[in-house]
Amino acid sequence: MIRYITRRTISLIPILLGIIFIIMGIMSLTPGSPGLVILGPDAPPEAVEELNAELGYDQPFLSRYVTYIGNLVKGDLGDSYRTGRPVWYEVSRRLPTSVTLAILGVGVAMVIGIPLGILSAVKQYSPADVLLTSLAMVLNSMPTFWFGLMAIILFSLRLGILPSTGLSSPAHYVLPVAALASYTIAGLLRLSRTTMLETIRQDYVRTARAKGQKEKIVIFKHALGNALLPVVTYAGMAFGKMVGGVVAVETVFSIDGVGNMVLTAIRNKDVMLVTGGIVCLASIYMIILLLVDVLYAVIDPRVREKYRNQY
Amino acid sequence: MSNRITSQGQANKVIWAYKKKSVFWDFWKQIKHNKAAMFGMILITIIVLMAILGPVVIPYEKAIVQDSAQRLQSPSLAHWFGTDNYGRDIFARIVHGAKYSLMIGVVAVAVGISLGCILGTVSGYFGGVIDNAIMRVTDCIVCIPSTLLALTIVAALGGGLGKVLIALIIANIPVYTRVIRSTILNVTESDYIQAAKASGTPDWLIIIKHVLPNAIGVIIVQASMTFGDVIITASTMSFLGLGIQPPTPEWGSMLAEGRGFMLYSTSIMLFPGLAIVLTALALNLMGDGLRDALDPRLRN
Repeated sequence: MIRYITRRTISLIPILLGIIFIIMGIMSLTPGSPGLVILGPDAPPEAVEELNAELGYDQPFLSRYVTYIGNLVKGDLGDSYRTGRPVWYEVSRRLPTSVTLAILGVGVAMVIGIPLGILSAVKQYSPADVLLTSLAMVLNSMPTFWFGLMAIILFSLRLGILPSTGLSSPAHYVLPVAALASYTIAGLLRLSRTTMLETIRQDYVRTARAKGQKEKIVIFKHALGNALLPVVTYAGMAFGKMVGGVVAVETVFSIDGVGNMVLTAIRNKDVMLVTGGIVCLASIYMIILLLVDVLYAVIDPRVREKYRNQY
Repeated sequence: MSNRITSQGQANKVIWAYKKKSVFWDFWKQIKHNKAAMFGMILITIIVLMAILGPVVIPYEKAIVQDSAQRLQSPSLAHWFGTDNYGRDIFARIVHGAKYSLMIGVVAVAVGISLGCILGTVSGYFGGVIDNAIMRVTDCIVCIPSTLLALTIVAALGGGLGKVLIALIIANIPVYTRVIRSTILNVTESDYIQAAKASGTPDWLIIIKHVLPNAIGVIIVQASMTFGDVIITASTMSFLGLGIQPPTPEWGSMLAEGRGFMLYSTSIMLFPGLAIVLTALALNLMGDGLRDALDPRLRN
């Protein structure tokens, strides 16, 4: 088990190197040079050249990549072109905000989505099922940012019961988290309904019913555990979607998080800050996917057994 | 007696016509009892008709000409959905914006799925080094949340319709590639492919005649299921100011423009958003219907 976790963790390194390579590759297509961004369009060309050389921008792409990785190992993501402060400082200051939002979003979505999905499956074709699945379908088709905007209009502007900007009190979290969770609630509801329906039709569930077991125990003890396995994977993947949604939600609710920072950096052509921000967000997503894999091995006896026999 | 078959060519034609009808018929039979899918189909037909016929009925000037005397009006007979902060008719703008969302969706999904198809088929059918190379690259890209990847690409290339399309295509290819590869792997292992290989059929012919037709269901389902998401991501990028720029009446950029005025007018934010939701909903309902009809294993 420990060997499995270690091996999976080590296998993240080439993926991380690949991610950085791809992001740096894309960002190197940006027109202009860092010297031009920092000094402005009116700066003399010699000064721009000099600054570019100082920042290592005159080097070929591969050598810049190797330098970036070398600095990254030391915990240095470079300096922002605009503020001049270290990228790591800018990112780490905002990371807790964004990660909290995403975790709350996934958490709320799981707490609401999974039970409703199970209810929907157990009462298949009932009015409640039809209502819930239709609602999930609509939520699944709704852009996160628009859900947030509508929530602001209704709860902040019309009813005036919830604040709409910033994150200064627990009440401030309600609308952004609801907006983030909406899409995932729908996804989890639909998925847990499907897997639950599949599980209820399995032979062992029929056996449990045939021996006269109470319906509650059949559902919660026999069916639920097996039905939830794919749901765990979905929740992990949903975290990735959530990281993307965070960008939109932070804009809508004027929250000073990594998403908003990346967006501002994109507008300012602050290549270093964009690269750093996206590498950090992608790394977090990668770690979450790893945790899901490990969790799988812990909770699924079949997977656990497979790895025990391997070593 | 006029139906009597007199030659081999005619016989083939009859068989072909019968086959064609039966595939379509099967599919229609399944989908017509699916109320949700039918609703989605009707809805998307209306939206497509609106995108095609709307601009003929409502002149583009109505969606673009500013009139400060008519600012931020509520819905009325003259302006069904009210007017925006420049006095432009919101209904006219939504009608004219339909083509952008639909076009982005169609092009991004069609190009993305075609490229995903090529990569997935090569990867799944041939295996070996090529497969390894393609899969390691997709492993990396899949770890970058697709909205972020699209943002990165737009950040480097700049905004605008073409750039957004490129971003959406690149962000979606790895997803398509993975799904199609696993399907192709399954198909390739079947006996009839082995038989075709043993009888000396060249690889390209096997792929075109045997592998792809047997994977087409999954490919269509995958395409239709991502259609709605692509439209939502595109509108999100426009809303963030990185996609189609105002004053083009794209739904996402309409919301971006109207945002500063949502205190004064609900309709400026409500209707463009509803247009996005209804389009995505129609496509998702249709995607679900297609999945149920073409891929019975996933049916609930």
